[in-house]
Amino acid sequence: MNCEKVTGQKTGKTITPVLDVRGLGISFGMYAGGLAKSELTVMRSVMLKAFAGEIHAVVGASGSGKSLLAHAILGILPANARRFGDIFFCGEELTRELQEEYRGRRIALIPQSVGFLDPLMRVGKQVVGTLGTREAQRAAFERYALPSEAERMYPFQLSGGMARRVMVSTALMGRPELIVADEPTPGLSEELAEETMRWFRELADGGASILLITHDLELAMKHADRITVFYAGYTVESAPAADYAAGKSALRHPYTKALIDALPQNGFKPIPGTQPYACQAPGGCPFAERCGLRTGECAEDVGMRELRGGEVRCVHAD
Amino acid sequence: MHIFTVTIRMLILLIAVSALSFILIAKAPIDPLTAYIGTESTLSQEAKDEIAAHWGLNDSLPQRYFKWAGNVLRLDLGESITYKRPVAEVIGERFSHSVILMLLAWALSGILGFLLGMKSGSLQGRLPDRAIKTFCLLLQSTPVFWIGLLVLSLFAVKLGWFPIGMEAPIGKLAADVTAGDRIYHLILPVFTLTIVGMGKITLYTRRKYIETAGSDFVLFARARGETSRQMFTRHIMRNIALPAVTVQFASFSELFGGMALAETVFSYPGIGTATTAAALNGDVPLLLGTALIGALFVFAGNLTANILYGVFDPRLKEGGDYI
Repeated sequence: MNCEKVTGQKTGKTITPVLDVRGLGISFGMYAGGLAKSELTVMRSVMLKAFAGEIHAVVGASGSGKSLLAHAILGILPANARRFGDIFFCGEELTRELQEEYRGRRIALIPQSVGFLDPLMRVGKQVVGTLGTREAQRAAFERYALPSEAERMYPFQLSGGMARRVMVSTALMGRPELIVADEPTPGLSEELAEETMRWFRELADGGASILLITHDLELAMKHADRITVFYAGYTVESAPAADYAAGKSALRHPYTKALIDALPQNGFKPIPGTQPYACQAPGGCPFAERCGLRTGECAEDVGMRELRGGEVRCVHAD
Repeated sequence: MHIFTVTIRMLILLIAVSALSFILIAKAPIDPLTAYIGTESTLSQEAKDEIAAHWGLNDSLPQRYFKWAGNVLRLDLGESITYKRPVAEVIGERFSHSVILMLLAWALSGILGFLLGMKSGSLQGRLPDRAIKTFCLLLQSTPVFWIGLLVLSLFAVKLGWFPIGMEAPIGKLAADVTAGDRIYHLILPVFTLTIVGMGKITLYTRRKYIETAGSDFVLFARARGETSRQMFTRHIMRNIALPAVTVQFASFSELFGGMALAETVFSYPGIGTATTAAALNGDVPLLLGTALIGALFVFAGNLTANILYGVFDPRLKEGGDYI
């Protein structure tokens, strides 16, 4: 419980992040015909720090491994997955044992869809789970304006909005310092998405750190405090949301600048090429192939470095 | 309302089954008269004609069918030629033997198949799982009578552990036959039907286990701090057991068919051997009677499965109409 409930940027002094991911990578063991076993890398190197009281958005295209980041933090990767790199939680290395101890208590997951609820169990009982209480569940339902009848319903009877409230309620059965929300908004109307983000803001104001995993850069720009961008299994830039809102010049990485250009209000300007999967990413800078600033140095391994209050994985950024 | 529709459906089924059986038997190259009096009969042609007229054999097929159906409505299924007794009596006695056999095999194959499927699913891809899967696929593609013959030749002939057939020792007075004798004679047929019935439920449970254990809701349960044990008892078990029970009820038809063959192999005096005997002797009333009983039995199994779907699965229960 040594997490300080103060925002890093606001105080300026060095404080322990709730979540500190250092060089996280994930690969899967696969049988590639016969008995030959091959490793399929799906995440190369993820670096990010999430602080108490903040919403930290992780933005990436579909298939860039964002959900796996959530699963790696909670320790619920499939059996054939191998994780490398380190994850620290409140300054403590998050081992398998600690993950088992903390999940549902200090770390909570808010899943994507109603499919993550047991179809044969009534919603009330399910929200209580193994760690909560009826009182906590009723309080959570009241907080999110769920009718008391919802308790007796089965997941299939919930409307989209109710399902979202129910899933957020599950996080309140523990006292989570870190809440990982995996793609919480797709399929929701704009009002519902806004409402969901308000709930996250309330939870953050209550002292939790929210890791918001999304593919929606605009949503992240509007509601997050800090945004980390994924590219081909790497994090390429991590910076205050204000920098993204301020536009290209405030940003650091050529890919994030290109993302801003590709937004509708900036005229959908695309750049040539497609994002490779993490397993196909070339050595060195993953973005080099599509980058105008490319030089010989880009063929070597590029690490994340601090720059203007953010972090970037690019040798040319200034 | 439900009971009304169910009854209508059952009646339609019985009418269709009996009409079809009636046509098939009428068109079969069996002369009921010859079947009754025997080929060596010395009866005069006049006497034969009189019997034929009395039985209504000269009437048209629909006329004969409606006459039979009318009698059935008065609970008169006619007289069995083979056993020289009323059909209802024969079926009643035979069915009581078969019911024991079927219920035992049904319950055992259900329980064992379920447990084996769970084990297999939890060891997915490992050697025991692959062995169980192969075994079940083999069972599924093997005819019942052949397994019955194998079982018989191994346990009864070669090892001599069990009797070769019948429901009681040969040559023992019916009054002296003990419950122990009956159980002893039941073991091999029950064993055969059990392993035959197990394949389907094992494979079903296995597939369902893998599906459920890999489901998003079990993943989420784990993410919320549930232990493996809690995940199993709270989510996996329930999501598999309920559909498995309904599948087992729906397999009544296969059980009934398998039983007829197994009874023949083991000379077990149940409804299956009675059907075979009726067919071989051109015993039309008995054949029609067993067809009706068989249809009723399978209908009851399917109906139970349908009702259970609704009882167990809230998506159907709260939805309302499930029969």
